[in-house]
Amino acid sequence: MSDDNYEEEDLDLASLDDDELVEQMHDDLYDGMAEEISEGTEILLSRGWTPDKVLNDALVGGMAIVGVDFRDGILFVPEVLSAAGAMKAGMAILRPLLAETGAESVGKMVIGTVKGDIHDIGKNLVAMMMEGAGFEVIDIGINISVEKYLEALEEHQPDILGMSALLTTTMPYMKVVIDTLKEQGIRDDYIVLVGGAPLNQEFGDAVGADGYCRDAAITVDMAKEMVAQKRAA
Amino acid sequence: MNAVKKVERSGPAKAVIICCSALMREILQVNKFNGWDHFEVQCISAELHNYPQKICAAVQILIDQAVAQEQQVFVAYADCGTGGLLDAMLQAQHIERIPGAHCYEFYAGSAQFNIFHEAELGTFYLTDFLVRHFDRLVIKGLGLDRKPELEPLYFGHYKKLLYIAQSCDEKLQAQAKRAAARLGLEYQYHFSGSGDLGQSLKKFNAQIALKQI
Repeated sequence: MSDDNYEEEDLDLASLDDDELVEQMHDDLYDGMAEEISEGTEILLSRGWTPDKVLNDALVGGMAIVGVDFRDGILFVPEVLSAAGAMKAGMAILRPLLAETGAESVGKMVIGTVKGDIHDIGKNLVAMMMEGAGFEVIDIGINISVEKYLEALEEHQPDILGMSALLTTTMPYMKVVIDTLKEQGIRDDYIVLVGGAPLNQEFGDAVGADGYCRDAAITVDMAKEMVAQKRAA
Repeated sequence: MNAVKKVERSGPAKAVIICCSALMREILQVNKFNGWDHFEVQCISAELHNYPQKICAAVQILIDQAVAQEQQVFVAYADCGTGGLLDAMLQAQHIERIPGAHCYEFYAGSAQFNIFHEAELGTFYLTDFLVRHFDRLVIKGLGLDRKPELEPLYFGHYKKLLYIAQSCDEKLQAQAKRAAARLGLEYQYHFSGSGDLGQSLKKFNAQIALKQI
């Protein structure tokens, strides 16, 4: 979205009307401009926008564009990480306000990278997108043993357990966790979603997950649908 | 990106080794050392490691070409992030690959690699190829040249850089040390030689010899 032949001037975000500002924030998210996202968020709030409207229209809407372009191979991981960093800046302002308004959580998720694996870029993206979509997310970190997953499930009673792995050598640990849930008779208490670069649908089916999530945007869609189904049942 | 690149083709050889370009230099050295001039080597861009979902299709294109020429095939890939899909594809065609999850494992050997991994989960591994192409594949590949602020996101949990070396090359060792310093990681060196790659190629060569008897 940059143009080398165009000499950029500082844009006064406050001079834009609401629609223009939201559109500009989508561009700023796309370009990973955290300061501009913070400023735009503050401006919309000062105009009387509710925190959830700012979140959905400006931030989640912008990240949806990023997600589509990532899926289509137009954007790559570095750009998505920058965009996520910009969204994080907006979320830092909105999170306490959302908590104050007592907006009902869409659902609750415990998420962590499996034992033996320290990779968390994908997990962090999913956590941020889920939070942006209105989920309460408890991120329990990296190198998580089955005991730690169970502790977190017991403590937080989430709708969803999310497990991530980047290594072919660590992804089988997801089955260890799911099998342990079965042994303890609590497997059906949770929606189990798995993801990570070397995973695929066949693997997700083989370990007994409820869903294999190819990317963060798909995770959000899948989580919403599954939680709605679970609550309707 | 044209991922599949032909390396040698002067009439069909008896057998073809389909490899990741990260292994090509070592494979050619093993072949030369053993006097194996009956292998054709065809490689696929190492950049596909950033898109492991594309590896199977790229390998299959070269397998189809080899089969059409009645060549025997060996695939010099580990699982390489395909999540078992490469194995499923190769097993259906009775084609073997190098055992292991990735090149770090088959160079170091599985037992030794597990020791490394368990000693420090936060280990970032380099091979000769990755040392040579560190700037292109790691710094530029991860976008750190354009977005240095992302470095903590990529490497925040890493503590050590382990150079698993295929050659005794002081220049590469110096480059690897610089790479560790660049990423703020402790440096460690391990010489592996060709590791299980050499063993796998020897096995493939023996299988071909048996079929010719």
